[in-house]
Amino acid sequence: MSNEIAVLGVGMHPWGKWGRNFVEYGIEATQAALADAGVGWRDVGFVAGADTIRNGYPGFIAGATFAQALGWKGNRVSSCYAACASGAQALNIARAQILSGQTDVALVVGADTTPKGFFAPVGGDRPDDPDWLRFRLLGATNPTYFALYARRRMDVYGATVEDFARVKVKNARHGLANPNARYRKEVTVEEIMASPVVASPLRLLDICATSDGAAAVVLSSMEYARRHTTEPVRIAAISTVTPTYPQTVIEMPNFSTDSAVATGLPDRPFRDAIAHAAYEEAGLGPDDLHLAEVYDLSTALELDWYENLGLCKEGEAEKLLRDGDTTVGGRIPVNPSGGLACFGEAIPAQAIAQVCELTWHLRGEAGDRQVEGARVGITINQGLFGHGSSVIVRR
Amino acid sequence: MGTKTPVPAIDGWFTMDAERPALLGTRCTGCGSYFFPRETFFCRNPDCTGRTFEEVELSRRGIVWSYTNNCYQPPAPYVSPDPFVPYTIAAVELPAEQMVVLGQMVPGVDVDDLAVGQEVELVLSTLFEDDEHEYLVWNWKPVEG
Repeated sequence: MSNEIAVLGVGMHPWGKWGRNFVEYGIEATQAALADAGVGWRDVGFVAGADTIRNGYPGFIAGATFAQALGWKGNRVSSCYAACASGAQALNIARAQILSGQTDVALVVGADTTPKGFFAPVGGDRPDDPDWLRFRLLGATNPTYFALYARRRMDVYGATVEDFARVKVKNARHGLANPNARYRKEVTVEEIMASPVVASPLRLLDICATSDGAAAVVLSSMEYARRHTTEPVRIAAISTVTPTYPQTVIEMPNFSTDSAVATGLPDRPFRDAIAHAAYEEAGLGPDDLHLAEVYDLSTALELDWYENLGLCKEGEAEKLLRDGDTTVGGRIPVNPSGGLACFGEAIPAQAIAQVCELTWHLRGEAGDRQVEGARVGITINQGLFGHGSSVIVRR
Repeated sequence: MGTKTPVPAIDGWFTMDAERPALLGTRCTGCGSYFFPRETFFCRNPDCTGRTFEEVELSRRGIVWSYTNNCYQPPAPYVSPDPFVPYTIAAVELPAEQMVVLGQMVPGVDVDDLAVGQEVELVLSTLFEDDEHEYLVWNWKPVEG
């Protein structure tokens, strides 16, 4: 328990395609989080930025960029990039600063401005970069990998494209009540099935868009929090683990898995291990959860996460969904925010936004999408090149 | 293949044997782990500090682990014909190496022609061409019968 820190405040800039500089979104989210925390910029002793690689040099040094935009005051900063897991890495860095006694209050912020269409690799001729090579030699986009997992679910567990569509229907319904969501419109299974196939078996409405957006969290030591608030939401675990060799599931942007010839299989595959590390750290398990925010890059991937989190046994995710267990009001609501289905992905902000959502639920401030009685929640996500990302919050 | 000179789209990833091509990987001489694309500097098995690797031809046949297609033109650096032609991609398990390797399916094979567990073999196909060269890459092809 001594390793817990407090979530003092959370804030977001709504997701969308606003076409403005990512720094502006970050400032808006930060101002919201500071106001929510009831502290001023002068109280912040550390800024952890989650980087974006799409917005030039300022994006690569997000910690300093936001600190300058908010007004230099000589505090320490960090900047980190771990693709979709950047936000969890930034939270982890800020937590270490607090627990080591360097600061009482830390700001974690991520923001992005995204282009239209498929995410493309960094430009130039880069034959040493697997992310460049997979586009060059295979034409393998991000949805290629999502679709391989989806097809595998169909073949091994008997999932159907209607099951995948039902994930979207659920999340779209959840997102109706979320003012920060980009897409706030109900959608039917029929509409999803009528949308064009992008990467079989996944259709356009099965795959998340890319969005502009920003999220910020103000963290503090428990001592500081006790002086400023009562019963704060606490961070009980941050899992940032890598896979264990051999990684036997094909992962973006790789051409192959590791070979298991010399070593046999690892104790658990990567995505299971991300959750396992978070549970171990918090001293909690899947039965303790009241809600989860998972990274639904595709509808089918949300079903994978149910099993990785241990919400059900392998192969039973479709049943969990069909039974309504993961709908708000069900046994273990998943993506009450509406998920990436309603947000689209703003990479450096997304893992931070997941924590914002859990915080609102644990405080009972989530409005019409509130998960009643929520006391423990988990986020889970995975960043390109082997970055685990899972955060457990409790109250 | 026409009158243009066939060259690999990337050097050293596969043999240019027109009849029986193979992917070129490496194998750690210490622990026996396979690597594709090749690892030549330091073994990635955490319990091995191997620095010597032998070049190996990977199994030419494998089992489909999963598959998909791409219905929309991907961004550069993919070199797309104009107009864009959709293609199929398979993840193929090589039983001997206990690893899964991605590849495009040969042109003309659609997702409806495929099933998980199906046997496929390695061939070379043209990825793109310029005035003088055909740039070849490995493809997977269903094994007949």
